[in-house]
Amino acid sequence: MNPSMLGATAARVLRQLRADPRSIALILVVPAVLLAFVYYLFENETLPPGVPRTFDRVGLMMLAIFPFVVMFLVTSITMLRERTSGTLERLLTTPIHKADLLFGYALAFSIMAALQSLFATAVAYWVFGMDIRGNPGWVVVVAVLNSVLGVALGLLCSAFARTEFQAVQFMPVVVIPQILLCGLFVPRDQMNPILELISNVLPLSYSVDALQEIAAHATSTATMTADLLVMVGFVLAVLLLASPTLRRRTP
Amino acid sequence: MGRHTVPSVEVRALHVLRGKTMVLNDVDFSIPTGRITGLLGPSGSGKTTLMRAIVGVQRVTSGSVQVLNKAAGSPELRHEVGYVTQAPSVYRDLSVEDNVRYFGAMHGRNRAQAREAIDAVGLGTLAKRRTADLSGGQFSRVSLACALVSEPRLLVLDEPTVGLDPVLRAELWERFARLAAGGTTLIISSHVMEEASHCDTLLLLRAGRLLARLTPDELRVRGATEDLELAFLHMIQADIAGRRGAA
Repeated sequence: MNPSMLGATAARVLRQLRADPRSIALILVVPAVLLAFVYYLFENETLPPGVPRTFDRVGLMMLAIFPFVVMFLVTSITMLRERTSGTLERLLTTPIHKADLLFGYALAFSIMAALQSLFATAVAYWVFGMDIRGNPGWVVVVAVLNSVLGVALGLLCSAFARTEFQAVQFMPVVVIPQILLCGLFVPRDQMNPILELISNVLPLSYSVDALQEIAAHATSTATMTADLLVMVGFVLAVLLLASPTLRRRTP
Repeated sequence: MGRHTVPSVEVRALHVLRGKTMVLNDVDFSIPTGRITGLLGPSGSGKTTLMRAIVGVQRVTSGSVQVLNKAAGSPELRHEVGYVTQAPSVYRDLSVEDNVRYFGAMHGRNRAQAREAIDAVGLGTLAKRRTADLSGGQFSRVSLACALVSEPRLLVLDEPTVGLDPVLRAELWERFARLAAGGTTLIISSHVMEEASHCDTLLLLRAGRLLARLTPDELRVRGATEDLELAFLHMIQADIAGRRGAA
């Protein structure tokens, strides 16, 4: 790895994003707007004393799911463009190391994701009074980790799509099962055993688990740390899988 | 003259099979250092595949390609070889300067060197413009600048003058000649035969085979005409007739 090439790549990806202010606005504003939807959706619910509001539970999970979905889409399209425009092939004739390219992308988009989740978490916390015991800083950490996961999966999936249209079709395949099974709709331990088994090997489950830990405990717990480590493991494994799809030599 | 005798590229018994088509069939040649070698042939003759093999991005079936005494595509060559594809491969959403600086950064080049490469292709006044907003000819020159910035010892250019007006074409060929005089080896493909006269050596490809390796003057003699285009046509027709006779 070469820090200057990695840095140049991250800077280049951010410059490309900067050239597209509408996308930046969408990335930053949409999660906060959707959070507002969830808040007002459950505004009039009546709860027995001691039970947390649905917004506290669902809104919190959405903070982790947004960056994952958005960065998956943004990355798979950007990387697909890189593959189809010939710039990837050209880059791979230069001394750049594949890791510089992969981590350059991951770095650029995780900066974007950090901004997104800072904004969304601030809105959830201060505007809608989201009630969690733990430090909201940890929520941002989980969100950024999720975005990097989205980046890694997007990089991988872009190798299997030939057009942007196909790339978008990978969302229902890769993203929606994770949202269904991550514990957002039904707690994972109450699922049908087969579904629970599947959810055990899906990375998003671990970030939802981590968020529930953060919501329930004032200080960081061992479970949360383990969840975060599993997430890091998933990210590295997916990046490792994505690396051979960047071929220097093609038929 | 000494350096001209050292070959920059040596291709031996190169075969490339893609699907069931033999895209390159037993191609054999060497390219001297500090010269312009023109790669000519009808479309589909294997020019791009041959260039890709020299750059090291083409998976070859058999044979060897040596570039600067190393196997084509070796990591050590990544600083030494510049490749400009036929379709300009640059980031459309970045400015000219950001494109050239990014590819320059891969070779440790600084801002001033990026500016130099942009000026060299005549885009100095457009450096801050978004690449997508440029005209076709300007767009392809951004791609060229991205290769020039690394000052490679071997520059492989796939149809670099397509879509350029005559003035610009002449300017670019002057630039290529200056690069060659400075010791850079250039391989330039073209299907415009009038450009062949700018080359020191010509490689004529047809249907994946190397038809001839000669100078423009030799082509005129062999084709029995001053017109290079006609001379090439004569050679191809003779080749087709010869193969039919042999079959």
